Amino acid sequence: MNPILKTVLQRLGLGLVTLFLVSIVIFSAVTMLPGDFATAILGQSATPETVAAFQRQIGLDRPPVLRYLFWIGGVLQGNFGESFSSAGGLGGGHARTVVSLIAPRLKNTLFLASFAALVAVPLSLILGMLAALYRNSIFDRLVNLVTLTSISVPEFFIAYILMLFLAVRLPLFYSLASVSPETPFLERVARCALPALTLVLVIVAHMMRMTRAAIINLLASPYIETARLKGVSPGRIIFRHALPNAWAPIATVIALNLAYLIVGVVVVEVVFVYPGIGQLMVDSVSARDIPVVQACALVFAVTYIGFNLAADIVSIVTNPRLLRPR
Amino acid sequence: MSIKEAEAQLSSAGTTTDAALKSATLLQIEGLCIEGQSEERWHRIVKGIGLTLRRGEVLGLIGESGAGKSTIGLAAMGYARPGCRITAGRVVFNGRDLLQLGESDLRRLWGSKIAYVAQSAAASFNPAHRLIDQCVEAVVGHQLTAEDNAKRNAVDLFRRLRLPAPDQFGLRYPHQVSGGQLQRAMTAMAMACRPDLIIFDEPTTALDVTTQIEVLAAIKDIVRQFDTAAIYISHDLAVVAQMADRVMVLRYGELVEEAPTRVMLSNPQMPYTKSLWAVRSLRKEEEAGEKILLDVSGVDASYGTFKVLHDVNVKLPRGRTVAVVGESGSGKSTLARVITGLLPPSSGSIRFDGKKLPARLKERDKDLLRRIQMIYQMPDTALNPRRRIRDILGRPLKHHLGLTGAARQRRLLELMRMIELDERFLDRLPSELSGGQKQRICIARALAINPELIICDEVTSALDQLVAEEILKLLLRLQKELNVSYLYITHDLATVKAIADEIVVMHQGRVVESGPKSQVLTPPHHAYTELLLSSVPEMDPDWLDAILAKRQGAELGASPSG
Repeated sequence: MNPILKTVLQRLGLGLVTLFLVSIVIFSAVTMLPGDFATAILGQSATPETVAAFQRQIGLDRPPVLRYLFWIGGVLQGNFGESFSSAGGLGGGHARTVVSLIAPRLKNTLFLASFAALVAVPLSLILGMLAALYRNSIFDRLVNLVTLTSISVPEFFIAYILMLFLAVRLPLFYSLASVSPETPFLERVARCALPALTLVLVIVAHMMRMTRAAIINLLASPYIETARLKGVSPGRIIFRHALPNAWAPIATVIALNLAYLIVGVVVVEVVFVYPGIGQLMVDSVSARDIPVVQACALVFAVTYIGFNLAADIVSIVTNPRLLRPR
Repeated sequence: MSIKEAEAQLSSAGTTTDAALKSATLLQIEGLCIEGQSEERWHRIVKGIGLTLRRGEVLGLIGESGAGKSTIGLAAMGYARPGCRITAGRVVFNGRDLLQLGESDLRRLWGSKIAYVAQSAAASFNPAHRLIDQCVEAVVGHQLTAEDNAKRNAVDLFRRLRLPAPDQFGLRYPHQVSGGQLQRAMTAMAMACRPDLIIFDEPTTALDVTTQIEVLAAIKDIVRQFDTAAIYISHDLAVVAQMADRVMVLRYGELVEEAPTRVMLSNPQMPYTKSLWAVRSLRKEEEAGEKILLDVSGVDASYGTFKVLHDVNVKLPRGRTVAVVGESGSGKSTLARVITGLLPPSSGSIRFDGKKLPARLKERDKDLLRRIQMIYQMPDTALNPRRRIRDILGRPLKHHLGLTGAARQRRLLELMRMIELDERFLDRLPSELSGGQKQRICIARALAINPELIICDEVTSALDQLVAEEILKLLLRLQKELNVSYLYITHDLATVKAIADEIVVMHQGRVVESGPKSQVLTPPHHAYTELLLSSVPEMDPDWLDAILAKRQGAELGASPSG
């Protein structure tokens, strides 16, 4: 078999094993959360009998191992179970499935993440290359200063500052990013502009600095000197001779930041009242809605593992020694 | 001297215009001073060098490491490496002072008029691009010709440099071809724009002798075909003797002596130049051994499924030196790994002092480990940079001999005397020592615990010739005093002559010839030994041409049509 394909499949298998272990960790952690859903929903005054009856109804009376197997079995078939809170207390009614709760939220999060990533990734690569090209110049220092400042300031602060200047003082953008599934694409872009900008400011520094460092690190290589002494221009040296060999570290940092865009944006969602998956998870934790919390955690785990796998694959396919064996 | 003056001079001598153009000055360096930065201070590394190079002439620069050869070679392009600066002088190329030119003017000259061939082609090719793309980059970048034309030209150069399958060769990536082929590809890359001047910076130093001869022949041939001027930098006088019309000997950034090659070889003037010639005279008298200390018989070994050693037999008598000779990939170092127990053999046996040696390191007891020691090629990486010499030498003393306190101090001083280093060195870090001093410490570390066998893996190949000779003398003296046995691994036949009692010649994992030194080095040889011996450059400017003519003749004679 093609050695690359083999390595990729190996990594994929390893990723699945990791995911399985993570699912156990998630389940255990959620089980160990203090308080339980039945008391939370029925209130302090509920009698022990009502609580027990309710627990039976949603399956909380069974031993944890059984509940885990039941849960993971369902997940494998694409069934994440039903949300506790939508069961509407003892009254019954039609319970909403976890999937129907998470899907629109995840779509929103992915939209915002892609929006931010499409701006941030090219921007930080270009800035990183320019900073490496004009290293130690005013431009380099300025880029470093600005990006470092933006990463050092808490993201909610950036969010409010942007809101103040770009939505309130200068009414250029929507201050709140309230969207519904019916919002048309262009309006959605406009409404998401400020949260996306906030996220860009948060993640650019990391990616840009790694691009710059990885390229500068390579500039000491003998083949770069060879290229210089062939009369190759500085820009071409960076773009054609250094960058292709710098992908592995850059890809790793990009992967981490893209994962952050999906997993870690709850603060930005709250500030802009954006209906993303982070907010859903926080709400579900406070409501003790275990199936939703578990599903969100699993989505986040998949995101991390997936992006890291992608970064690994990038470093494999950009290494000519692995791509084209002797 | 300007071109006009040169022409005037020549026309007065009654030569043709062609010859006049040929002997016009191409490069003139005057009063070149270069400083290098180390530990926040600037040190002078080139101290007022001047040289003149005419069109089509090859100038050899010779010297040990630190002589400033490479720095001067790069300065001839108007380039100083990061951490270096040119402080004074003129570098006039084709009538323009390169030191006065800006970055973009220099770029127009680099690659197109002046090209550079680096020592390690493996590191100097970009791993991410195909060879042909790198070879045509300068031509296309300088807009001298269209890409397809440039590629045809590159293939033509590959053919002239006798690279295998020249049409497909360029499609490969650097890691897919051998070191010798890469070095020729680098020459093709330098030649691509038909520059007036090429700087060759030790282009064959990293190669085996058998590969070196091919690369030398290819370079010499192509420089001659295109009548390119060249500066050929090397520490190996015999190599420079083949390539250069004129030789400059450098030391500590200063000129020692300059003369046409033949004059320099037959009649060196300065004591330092004479000492460079004398290096090769060290020669040990061969002694037959009696009691066999190490007996390797019928050993096979493999890495995974790849078999590296085939039925290797080596006998090493006590108190003697057996040199294992062969080019890279011949299995020399693997043999050392098998003997030290790092790589258990798949079959065969090793007996040490009459007893069977356990195959694995783990199965060997502490005393056995003490009796077999090793010295490595790179003293820089073999010593822990954060430990003082006292700790480096003291640790084996405590671990194996249980020496502490005053007894250990006595032994440390004794060791330092043995390796002829002052005891003050005990409190230094490895980084505060020179390469030769570090290798002495490595020898002391191996000797510290009274071993009976020391495996020396290319211990002098990273050192300058004069330093290497000192180390070899030290090893010989210690052998006489302590009756220790050496298994000496090397690719350098001059070293073999200097140190060995017996020789084992290895090729592709097999022993092709073995026996006492006098026997192996006297004809008739095994075919591979013959190739190895005849590939060692000699101090005769006609050696390369003669040996190539001889080999070609032998080939023609061997073929049925001839």
